[in-house]
Amino acid sequence: MHEISLIQALIETVKHSAAENDIARVNNVRIVVGELYGALPDALEFAFQVLTKGTVCEGAVLEIDKKPLVLKCRECESEYRPGEINWKCPACGSGGATAISGKELYVDYFEGD
Amino acid sequence: MKIIVGRDLLLANSDQAGVNRELFKQNKVVVINLISSPGSGKTTLMEKTAVMLAERLKIGVVVGDLYTERDAARIEKAGAAAVQINTEGLCHLTAGMVYRALQEMPLAELDVLFIENVGNLVCPAAFDLGEQMKVAVLSVTEGIDKPSKYPSVFREAVAVVISKEDLLPHTDFDLDTCIAELKEINDQLKIFITSARSGRGLDEWCSWLESLAGAE
Repeated sequence: MHEISLIQALIETVKHSAAENDIARVNNVRIVVGELYGALPDALEFAFQVLTKGTVCEGAVLEIDKKPLVLKCRECESEYRPGEINWKCPACGSGGATAISGKELYVDYFEGD
Repeated sequence: MKIIVGRDLLLANSDQAGVNRELFKQNKVVVINLISSPGSGKTTLMEKTAVMLAERLKIGVVVGDLYTERDAARIEKAGAAAVQINTEGLCHLTAGMVYRALQEMPLAELDVLFIENVGNLVCPAAFDLGEQMKVAVLSVTEGIDKPSKYPSVFREAVAVVISKEDLLPHTDFDLDTCIAELKEINDQLKIFITSARSGRGLDEWCSWLESLAGAE
């Protein structure tokens, strides 16, 4: 979908934080990506390689921590992994559920010297 | 050295969406993010809605397209306030783009503001614009598979406008199956079956908008 703009935001974030911490070279960056975003690891990887050229992140390894989608039923409070289409609670059949995992999209940490 | 960051990658957008939301609240305007595939009839729906509600509600439309100002010109002609955003290739509107468009919109005078997103069922669903609700438009010429193939928009929407109902006899679109599949994805969805050409269903759609504006 919009992997390029996500990676752009990631590089800006890391650049800013690296400057604050006197880091000249970033070795690895870990991001957490929820299943719900549908951001493709290959596309993230590709965007990272292309967009980091000439930045503090050039040559760094991108680690992607994928979080599966888990819902919690608002009625009976059971937790479950939904099907692609049917998100109803398998225990009570209720339609209202909140995602407790799978909506993450953030830079967890980076390491550098 | 390890640096813990924990910063949301869409933070810039969600911060701006918060600013927009506050602005909408101050101006007591109902804001609807209108999402669909290209060619589903969003702009025609906006034209008809503006004409039908002309005496009752003050409507504004922020309209997003990759290029041209054609849609805003059409909507203005129908009597609504319209501001065009050209994304120049970007596949969705962002909260920042909407904020800039709002500077030209007479927000304080409006009852309902539509943000007509770029025609696309994927990316617009991920970007909060500060709206109170999303409404999806689905035309019968697209076939019934769209909701099942692109469920995220239909899951987040409060209502779906099924458009071009007058073309039903010329398509294989199975209305009952489509509604059943929509309910499967989101059983809270309000469904309007409409034709901008024949006028079918538009009264119900307009009454719903009036009830939203009345509650605000």
